[in-house]
Amino acid sequence: MELLLFNAFNGLIQGVFYALMALGLALILSLNSVINMAHGGFLVIGAYLAYTLIPYLGFWGALIVGPVLAGVIGLIVERILIRPIYKRVDPIYSLLLTFGLALIIEDMTRTIWGPQGLPLEVPDIINSPVSEVYFFITGYRLFVMGVTAAAAIGLYLLLRYTLLGIRIRAGIRDLETTAALGVNIYKLRALNFGFGCIFAGLAGVLAAGVLGLTPPMGNSLIMPSFVAIIIGGVGSLFGAVLGGLIIGLAAGVVTTYYPAASEAVIYLMMLIVLVVRPRGLFGEEGLFE
Amino acid sequence: MTRLISVGVMWIILILLPWWLPMIGGYTALGSKVLIYAIATMGLNLVLGFTGGLSFGQAAYFGLGAYGAGMTLKYLALSTPLAILIGTLVGGLAATILGPLVMRRRGIYFAMITIAIGQLFYFVMVRWNNVTGGEDGLAGFGRQDIHLGPAVIPISSSGDAFYYLVLLGFTVAVAIMWVILQSPLGHTWVAIRENRRRMEFLGIRVERYVWAAFAIAGFITAFAGTLNAMLFNFTSPQDLHWILSGNFVIMIILGGMRSFFGPLIGVIIFVVAQDYLSSVTGNWMTFIGMIFVCIVLLFPRGVLGIFNRRAEAI
Repeated sequence: MELLLFNAFNGLIQGVFYALMALGLALILSLNSVINMAHGGFLVIGAYLAYTLIPYLGFWGALIVGPVLAGVIGLIVERILIRPIYKRVDPIYSLLLTFGLALIIEDMTRTIWGPQGLPLEVPDIINSPVSEVYFFITGYRLFVMGVTAAAAIGLYLLLRYTLLGIRIRAGIRDLETTAALGVNIYKLRALNFGFGCIFAGLAGVLAAGVLGLTPPMGNSLIMPSFVAIIIGGVGSLFGAVLGGLIIGLAAGVVTTYYPAASEAVIYLMMLIVLVVRPRGLFGEEGLFE
Repeated sequence: MTRLISVGVMWIILILLPWWLPMIGGYTALGSKVLIYAIATMGLNLVLGFTGGLSFGQAAYFGLGAYGAGMTLKYLALSTPLAILIGTLVGGLAATILGPLVMRRRGIYFAMITIAIGQLFYFVMVRWNNVTGGEDGLAGFGRQDIHLGPAVIPISSSGDAFYYLVLLGFTVAVAIMWVILQSPLGHTWVAIRENRRRMEFLGIRVERYVWAAFAIAGFITAFAGTLNAMLFNFTSPQDLHWILSGNFVIMIILGGMRSFFGPLIGVIIFVVAQDYLSSVTGNWMTFIGMIFVCIVLLFPRGVLGIFNRRAEAI
């Protein structure tokens, strides 16, 4: 029983990372119509920058500055590389472009910081176990959940109540009409891409505290995030978050009984969802059908 | 007529390859690899270029074919034809069974589902390690000589002989794909790519045709995978990984996805570039990534696209 709880909790933490990644991916997917294969790259950028900045800013400063820098780099990348290909209808080009970008970022990370894994030091205050029986529930893990919840709620409030958020939602619905109403959709899409990258960077810093830093760390997180979006339903941010948590939890539970299937179960769940409900749990009818 | 001549010239060049490639500093196995990847990408292009379905997980069927062939040789029987047959069936049937899950989707969604399905097989091969060798890959098998009555084709010892087997496979696969694309089935695919909705209004069961494309592409890619396993007498989970899927797609774009032989050109450029870059620099991944970015930004229609545009201009 305790083993089950242990694995389920571990899975849930993984699920939190998937959810954060999926949230950023889904944002970019919805408004920019780009499958950001380089999302794992922005995660790595955020994590490694935070690692480099910790000696100067401390953990708390790096936790904020790392993701923001990932967002800034995202803005630059969007301006130089992504914007020229918005007018191409076929999604294959953005897919390949970001794919190439992912290769470049991974290789550059390896060159700059080295191929070996690095640890990210977490302050002692939040790193001690909360209870002696459930040793695996450390303060840091609860902290990760709290930060993720805060980020998700913050995004919700932004989309729901600010002018920028309303414009983003309008753009997701109907980009042409939004543009016709006088909104600068280029700026809108750029900002949105930046937001997505901030979420990737945040996921990177938080994940580095649990998993450590390695150049390919983004690769192992991006695929489950795709699955989270497919399960949650393309077009639904809430679905993406829920999808991430569900598959994380499922992988954790399966680890208890049959560890070899802990990755495969994620994809099997996706297949089941696709058979039973092709558009995902909260996907809108008609989108990409 | 010009087409016939250029195809004829291409075949003569390919037949003479074991003779001229070593002279310019290559090796025959590189030629085999190019042809094998050409089979795979031309198969994938049936979905990607001709039907308009963005399949981004094609390496899964390539790898399934490779594992099917390798495991047949290792555990079942020492027979090259049987290994090719079983590998092709395993990968092709997987694509056929999974086709209904992807055929209803389009564009981005189609791509994401095919990628994710590919990862399923990747993890199966990584984790089922007492049979598949796990992360280290499947080794310990070897391609076997082919016995045709009294004659023996020594493909196990001769790389050149194996190259000709691959060339035969390439020829057969190309012929099959050519016939399909000239048939009503092929024309329907192109029509679906151009205007899916209109085809629906015409009463065409679009989904079934997409399924057919996906399944046929799966069989052909799996066939290529079986040859790849026997080329190296080895296969690893990297042969199913989405990075290989992405490489397949960029090879097609590089050559030009609207043309029949485009993928072959793309494969030649990509495989040679990769082979060269990985021998001169440790940062070859960065260069490959830059190739991706440059192709997308500068040459979206591929190498053949550039020539075609020039031809149109004249």
